Amino acid sequence: MSVDFWINVGVLAGIYGIFTLGLQLNAGFTGLLNFGQAGFMAIGAYSIGILVVDHGWSLWLALPAAVLLACLASVVVGISSLRLRSDHFAIATIAFAEIVRYTLQNAAFSGGNQGILGFDDEWRAASGWMLSKLGAFGLGGYTQLPLLLVVWLSFVALLLALQGLQRTGWGRVLRAIREDEDATAALGKNVLSYKLQSLGLAAALAAIAGFFVALNVTYLYPTVFDPTFTFFGYAILVLGGFASYGGVAIGSLVFWALLEGTRLIDASLSAGQQASLRFIIVGLFLLLLSRLRPQGLLGNVNEMKVRP
Amino acid sequence: MSATPTVRASAAEDDASAVRSRLASPSRLTVLVAVMAVVFCLLAALFGLVPTAQATINGFVAGSYTGLGAIGLTLVLGILKLVNFAHGDLLVAGAYFTILFAWLGLPLPLAMLGAMVATAALALVTEKIVWQPLRQAKAGTLQLFLSAIGLGLVIRFSVQFFAGSQVRTLGANVVDSIALGPLRLGTLQAVALLVGLAAMLLVGLALRFTGIGKEMRAFADNRALAEVSGIDTQHVINMTWIVSGFLAGLAGILYATAIGSFNPNFGLTLLLSLFAATVLGGIGNAYGALVGGLVIGLSQEWSTLMFNARWKPAVGFALLILMLLFMPQGIFGRKKRGS
Repeated sequence: MSVDFWINVGVLAGIYGIFTLGLQLNAGFTGLLNFGQAGFMAIGAYSIGILVVDHGWSLWLALPAAVLLACLASVVVGISSLRLRSDHFAIATIAFAEIVRYTLQNAAFSGGNQGILGFDDEWRAASGWMLSKLGAFGLGGYTQLPLLLVVWLSFVALLLALQGLQRTGWGRVLRAIREDEDATAALGKNVLSYKLQSLGLAAALAAIAGFFVALNVTYLYPTVFDPTFTFFGYAILVLGGFASYGGVAIGSLVFWALLEGTRLIDASLSAGQQASLRFIIVGLFLLLLSRLRPQGLLGNVNEMKVRP
Repeated sequence: MSATPTVRASAAEDDASAVRSRLASPSRLTVLVAVMAVVFCLLAALFGLVPTAQATINGFVAGSYTGLGAIGLTLVLGILKLVNFAHGDLLVAGAYFTILFAWLGLPLPLAMLGAMVATAALALVTEKIVWQPLRQAKAGTLQLFLSAIGLGLVIRFSVQFFAGSQVRTLGANVVDSIALGPLRLGTLQAVALLVGLAAMLLVGLALRFTGIGKEMRAFADNRALAEVSGIDTQHVINMTWIVSGFLAGLAGILYATAIGSFNPNFGLTLLLSLFAATVLGGIGNAYGALVGGLVIGLSQEWSTLMFNARWKPAVGFALLILMLLFMPQGIFGRKKRGS
C-alpha cells in the first residue's frame, strides 16, 4: 500500500469533489436534475487540449477560455431544455452528454478514439518546479504530489466561494426555486435566468474538473468522459449529503477510498473484471443509499425536495 | 382542434369529443404515414430508388427492436411514473442470457426464448427488491432516478463482469443473405424483421383484446380511475414488469441478431432511441411507442443516405431533444389535463 496509491486517491477525490460541487449547486440547492455534467467536463477538457495543441495557446490562458466555452454550452443546453419538466430535463441533459461523447469519438477535430496528446508541457514544468521545492522537505519523490496540492487548494477555494454565495440573496433565491418555483416567480424573480446561472456555474466547475482530469491522465480520450461519470458524482453527492458543500468533500474522499481500495483486495480478478466490479459497486451505492439514507451522511432531509 | 366552438348539451359535447378524438387519432397516423411516404419519395428521387429501399428495409429492422424495446419503457413510465434508466440494460441482459443459454448447450431458438423468460424474471425481481419497497417508502423523484441508474449500472457491469467487454455475436451465421431483386438482406436480418413485425402485431392485438392488456392501458391512461374501477393494482404492476422485461429481452435479441456484433454497452446508447420513441408516441401509449420506434428506426437508417453511418445514433438523440422541446406530448398525445 504505497503512498503514491493514496496520493492518486486524493487527486481523484479532489477532482470529483470539484465536479460534484456543481451537481450539489444544481440538484441540492436549485432542484435541477443535471444529468449531463460529464458532457460539460468533456467540453472543458477538450477545449483546453485543442486550444493548446492545435492553436498554440498557453495552457494557463486556455483554462479560462475552456471554462467560458463550457458555460456557453450550458446556456445553449439550458435555454433549450430548462423549460421542460424535471424528468424530461434530466433525459435531455443525459442525451446532451451522450451527444458530446459521440461527437468526440467520431469527429475529426477531437482526434476520435486516438485522443489528444501533448498539451501539458507547461504544467509539467510548473510541477517540476514545485517538486524541487518539495524536495527540501524530503517529498520530492512523489510525482503526483504537486497535482494533489493544486487540486485540493482549488477545491477548498471553490467550496468556500460557493458556501459564501449560498449565504447571499442569490443563494436564497435558488433555494426558493427548489422549494416552489411558481411562488418564486410570483415574487418577481426571473426563474429561468437563475436556473441558467446555476447551470452555468456547474458547467464552469465541470470544466475546471476537466482541466485537472486532463493533467492527471495526460492524454484526452472519449472514454474518460463517459456520461456514466456524472453518476459517480451523484454517488458522491448522495454519500456526502444533500444541500451540504462540506458533505461533498467527505463524500468524495470516502467514495474514492472505497472504490480504489477494491484494487487492493481482489488481486485474483482480471483487469476487466476489476473495472466492472468498480461500476457494480457504484451502482449498489446508488441503490442502497437512495433506499436507506436518501439524505446522505451529512444531508438534511428537509432540504432535498426536487420538483416533479 | 379546428372544430368551431359551439354550445351544446354536455352529453352531446362528450359524444362529439369522443368521436372527434377517435377521428383525430387515425388522421394523425395518416398524416404521419403521408409525411414518411413523402420523405421516402424525396429520398428516392435524390439518392436513387434501390439505396432508399435498402435503407427503408434496414429502417424497419431497426424500428422493430426500437418499438418493442420502447413498449416496456412507456408502460413503466405511464403506469409507475418511473423513468426506468435501467431499461436499456434489460435489453443487454436479453442478448447475453441468449449467449449464456446457448453456451449451456441449448439450440439457439430455445436459448432465445429462455433469454426472454429470464429477462422477464429479472424485471420482476427488480420490482420486488427495488421498486416495490421504494414505492412503499414514498421515494422522491431523485431517489427513483438514482436507483434506476444504479440498477442499470449493476445489470450492465454484472454482464460485463461475467461475459467480458469484448465484442460478441449470438453465434449464428451472419454471412448468408437473401437477394430480393437488387436489394440484399441478411438472412438473420430478414428473420429479425419478420419476428419483429409479427411481435409488434401480436403485442398490439394483445393490448387491444386481452383483459390484462386493457387493464394496463387503463392504468397508464388514468391510474386513479383504473383503481376505483376495481383493477388489482399489484397484479397489473407485476404483469407490466413481466411484459416489459419479456419484450426488452426480445428487443435485445433482435438488436443483437440484426447488428451482428455487440458489447455490453449498447444499452445506454439504445436507451436514448427508446426514450425518443416513447416521447414520440406519447408517454404511456403503447401503440404510440411502436409507431415511434418505427419512425426512429426509419429516420436513423434514412440518415445514412445523407451522412456517414457512424452518425446514426446521433439522429436518435437529435429527434429525442427536438421532440422534448417542441412536442413533449408526442404525436398522438393530447395536452396534459390536470391530473
